[in-house]
Amino acid sequence: MPENTQEGFIDQQKVLDNEEYSIKNTQSIIQKAVDWFRARSMFVLAYGTGCGAIEMPPIFTSRYDIERLGVVGVATPRQADILIVSGYCSYKTLKRVIRSYEQMNEPKYVIGLGSCTINGGMYWDSYNTIKKLDEYLPVDMYINGCMPRPEALIEGFVKLQDNIRNAKSEAGYIQYRENNAFYRANQEKIFGKNTTPTFEENFAGMNQ
Amino acid sequence: MFLDSLAMIALAYIFGFLYYGLYRNISARVHGRFGPSLAQSFFDSIKLFLKENSTNFGWMFYAGPIIMMIGAITTLLFIPYLNGSEHLVGLSQYGNLILVLYLMVLEPLGNAMGIGSNGNPFGVMGITRGLTRLIGLELPFYIAAIGLMIANHSADIGVIMTNQSEGYNAFTHPLLFIGAFISFLGFMGKSPFDVVGAPQEVYSGPATEFSGKFFAIALSQSAIFSFAKLLLMVNLFLGGAQSLVELVAKTFVLFLVAVLVGNVYARFTTAQSVEFLVRVPTGIALVGLLFV
Ligand code: SF4
Repeated sequence: MPENTQEGFIDQQKVLDNEEYSIKNTQSIIQKAVDWFRARSMFVLAYGTGCGAIEMPPIFTSRYDIERLGVVGVATPRQADILIVSGYCSYKTLKRVIRSYEQMNEPKYVIGLGSCTINGGMYWDSYNTIKKLDEYLPVDMYINGCMPRPEALIEGFVKLQDNIRNAKSEAGYIQYRENNAFYRANQEKIFGKNTTPTFEENFAGMNQ
Repeated sequence: MFLDSLAMIALAYIFGFLYYGLYRNISARVHGRFGPSLAQSFFDSIKLFLKENSTNFGWMFYAGPIIMMIGAITTLLFIPYLNGSEHLVGLSQYGNLILVLYLMVLEPLGNAMGIGSNGNPFGVMGITRGLTRLIGLELPFYIAAIGLMIANHSADIGVIMTNQSEGYNAFTHPLLFIGAFISFLGFMGKSPFDVVGAPQEVYSGPATEFSGKFFAIALSQSAIFSFAKLLLMVNLFLGGAQSLVELVAKTFVLFLVAVLVGNVYARFTTAQSVEFLVRVPTGIALVGLLFV
């Protein structure tokens, strides 16, 4: 079980923002072009886990119009690039979120919307919600606030696009692949052996 | 001829995606939004080509989008771009309208094959709706095509195109045109005939399981195929085009009407759309056939 602390919020935000911590990738010209296209076109799978979900639909309306930035919603994880986890995640929901994330094709990114994904928010002492989403899934962009306004979400998208375009930080899906044991260990703490199939099991299925 | 065909495909790809970008832009304006940039659909398709693929349902699944692509390209190659020009004719001297109508069915069939092998319920629902709707779409279009073939004593698209120098078929055979045009609106897949991929009902419909590169192929083929359909309508009813500029102007007008109609009307259910298509446009086209 993750500890019930209220720390973590400031630290994680600092890690994401600090130039010192961020990884300075040198991009070749081709990689630059590839990253530019990835940043310019984002298909979003919006997973409404918590109350913050109510702030997601407005960004597609005429008032906020996020389609200007090349962001559109899709109905299936197969085509999605971005997973928005909007708020607190109960243990039951988390499993579905992980399944959806693992069905997405790389490159994929996660946006954690609301304080609940950062440190548990007002559910910090709840018995059945996770506290730090980052322990179970690699989060690329946190948007704090309870609940964040649609403007904040748009700014989060703009920052994430900037990160992708200039390779400012290592993408979460690479961390998920490389540190899979860490994430799985945390997931198994909650679900026991009843978790999603491992990478090996997945690939064994693919080669049949 | 090879370069000629390549140029045809490239032009259809570019115009198809530009029109799709315009469609998104115009719909955004109708909603009171700014909308994405015109080239957004290009960006989307290139990004999708750069994504990895991690699903596997066997070779039939992968063959589906490729057959759709082949259907779209062969349809396109048998339709001449320009009236009386030696360029951009592709294979059109070897084929005729009957062949084109036949090839147009290849796309939904390829789609059905790919989706049948992945077993996703939303995909299966989508393609069942698509094939049911196809019955309604084909009737008026075939009747209009038969009318034109009788009137021109020829099934050659080039001949039908050049015979319109005195007046467009749209004005000399207005009833055939209306019947074919309503069916064309359905072929473009916009409202009110967009039962196939209706997002509120079957999520992405047939495309639900497609991802990465195969989704990109499916998107590109739909861009090429919709340009081919615009081209066919212009050639059959609007006298073809003497130059590329004229072609763009005429296809754009047709496209604009389709987009605006799509933005105004709500969606028919599958049964309603088949019933409507079998009654109204088929009836109009049949009356038009009597006058030929
Ligand atoms: S951060 Fe606030 S608004 Fe968002 S899910 Fe948590 S409690 Fe709800």
